Amino acid sequence: MVSLLRNQKVRNALLQLLYVGSLAALVLAGFVIARRNLAEQGISSGFDFLYKSTGWDVNFSLLPATANDPYWWFFLIGIINTLFLGTVGLILATIVGTIVGLARTSSNELAQLLGRTYVDIFRNIPLILQVFFWYALITHLPAPRAAHEAWGFLLTSRGLYVPIPNVGGVAMALAMLAVIAAMALPIWLGRTSRLSQPVGQRSAIQLAGAAVALVGAILVLMIGRLPDAPLLDFPALQGLNLRGGLRIPPEFSALAIAIAIYGGSYIAEIVRGGFKAVGKGQMEAALSLGLSPWRVFTLVRLPLALRAMLPILANQYVWLMKATTMGIAVGFTDFFMIVALAINHSGQTLEAIGILMAGFLAINLSLAAIFNRINKAIALKGNQLRG
Amino acid sequence: MEPIVLAPPAPGKVEDLKRRFFATPLQALVSLICLAIMVFLAWKLLDWAIFSAVFTVTGGPEACQAAAGACWSVIAARWRIILFGLYPFEEQWRSALACVTVVVMTVLSCIPAFWTGRRIALVWGAGAALFYGLMKGGVLGLPYVGEEAWGGLALTLFIFVTTCLIGFPLAICLALLRRSELPWISRTTGLIIDGVRSLPLISILFTFAIVLPFALPQWLVGDKLYRVIVGSALFFSAYQAEIVRGGMQGVPAGQEEAAMALGMSYWQRIGRIVLPQAMRNALPATINQFVISFKETSLVVIVGFFEILASGNAAYGTGEWRFAYVEVYAFIAFIYFIFVFSLSRYGAFLERRMAVGER
Repeated sequence: MVSLLRNQKVRNALLQLLYVGSLAALVLAGFVIARRNLAEQGISSGFDFLYKSTGWDVNFSLLPATANDPYWWFFLIGIINTLFLGTVGLILATIVGTIVGLARTSSNELAQLLGRTYVDIFRNIPLILQVFFWYALITHLPAPRAAHEAWGFLLTSRGLYVPIPNVGGVAMALAMLAVIAAMALPIWLGRTSRLSQPVGQRSAIQLAGAAVALVGAILVLMIGRLPDAPLLDFPALQGLNLRGGLRIPPEFSALAIAIAIYGGSYIAEIVRGGFKAVGKGQMEAALSLGLSPWRVFTLVRLPLALRAMLPILANQYVWLMKATTMGIAVGFTDFFMIVALAINHSGQTLEAIGILMAGFLAINLSLAAIFNRINKAIALKGNQLRG
Repeated sequence: MEPIVLAPPAPGKVEDLKRRFFATPLQALVSLICLAIMVFLAWKLLDWAIFSAVFTVTGGPEACQAAAGACWSVIAARWRIILFGLYPFEEQWRSALACVTVVVMTVLSCIPAFWTGRRIALVWGAGAALFYGLMKGGVLGLPYVGEEAWGGLALTLFIFVTTCLIGFPLAICLALLRRSELPWISRTTGLIIDGVRSLPLISILFTFAIVLPFALPQWLVGDKLYRVIVGSALFFSAYQAEIVRGGMQGVPAGQEEAAMALGMSYWQRIGRIVLPQAMRNALPATINQFVISFKETSLVVIVGFFEILASGNAAYGTGEWRFAYVEVYAFIAFIYFIFVFSLSRYGAFLERRMAVGER
């Protein structure tokens, strides 16, 4: 027996078994105790509750939702809300971060100072404090009767009201796709090898492509327009309430603004780091080839900087997605808040926590997969890789 | 014969300004726009915060609300709630002293003379014990104050300090386990670390505060405060473990091989050769992690603690000060800013200092 313990291999195997085994035992014990405690409260375990109707409501949903809908539908709504808020926050934060980051790398010292002040202030205040601040600010706006109005937009304590076109849902979605195509088409036309024109002399084709897509979008909107209604539906006061238009609730706007500002300050630093990583020689070489400053920027500086910052940016985006869980602080029904509500109402604690973990794991993994693909596509390849 | 070196003619002040800000028409335009933005914002801010602001409590909320600028009276009237929460009024000096302890402790651990494992552990251990004794009382004639009455800045600092105190050793353990040569140990640990990192902190705090009592035997449940601290320490250690591991990867393999050749045991190799060098490599990232984790202590407001953010909400949320939310949030933001900004400046200073040695 003692000689067996002296054997390195046996000892290693025992050590590993002990480690993994004790961890597994810990988890299992917790699981068993939780099941017994929950059973004492009359809560049966299992995923049957997913098909029961919830009996409560969500305050924000992109899909139709009523209190009669089952739990699985609400979890789906939560995930979509989280992804929607995350995507909006991510886009806004990227815009803010790019502007501030460019200001920080610009040759103008005043612009640098402005950018640095922004980053120093907003990076050093916790996100949740900023969420609370914007939420308080929006809910302290005047009531609908005394709303701030500008170009058909209404700012009230009940949220921001924006005019929307009077167009059917399908037509709206098609028009959105066409607009996205109008943005993507020029990029594709500029890079594809299927055209006979040399790269760099395709601006006419690119313009035409974008124009065709945009005209398509307008046509779709015209066809899908609702009969006997004005083109735009403006929000307006009716009695004590507001009618028409699209209401963006204060919870959503507070979160989106806070994520844009806070995330923007982090992305600004990433952008700055990316531009700093571009070798000076690269730019000097491009200038000495006679490229204009704009083309040096778009053809040399930007692509090289993008390649340097993308991996870090991917991490930041994953972080931003997780930051949407702040929604619970102001009552935005994101995925986490729906799980918390489900636990409160149904008592199915273990199952709901499991769904929460699986959901975030799936979101993180798919984001990571997307960025890995992009990263691979723009990474140095083959004989470009020289020391 | 020394060669005579002529300095280039020094440019005048005006030429210098011209070259820096008005070199080209575009530069001039950008400069002017930036200057205009800065002057406008600075003027608005100063006017709001100082010139048109009300500082005294005498007029009461009504006089304050009528003023065009900030209403700092709300801070003058409610600062005790914001800083100390529900801590008993006569004992609040203890809470203040406890906060000072944390600040002193942090400053001490920023001095290189304290950067040995034993000294840093001593400073933090003694500091945490002093903090705990002051806050909780029951010794040396100090009246007892239970954790449920703690609040405000002191609670924020307590959660931060204990998170680091538990999280840091745990992080080193996790990092060592993850780089273990035994595949099952390193893989399982990697799974734990990556799993924790992929979850949002709020969900972990929620699980530890509200769900865990179901899964623990009665005698292990303990106070909610300590469960949340354990959860936040776990989260901290998962991130910090990766930082420590990164630092260890930066230590040349020859170092450990040399130690092995000298016949050092595993713990000697880790404690005397690998960890000291790894911690040095990992120091800037570690400070950054401290900064992040300080900001994230504010999330405990969601699981119902009366830390500085919640006490701020309470300070303006009731009755007559309802309108003064901007001032309260500005005050809390300022407190966070002082802590976080000085820590991150210190991190940047360290990074520069270490870069000198590597040139």
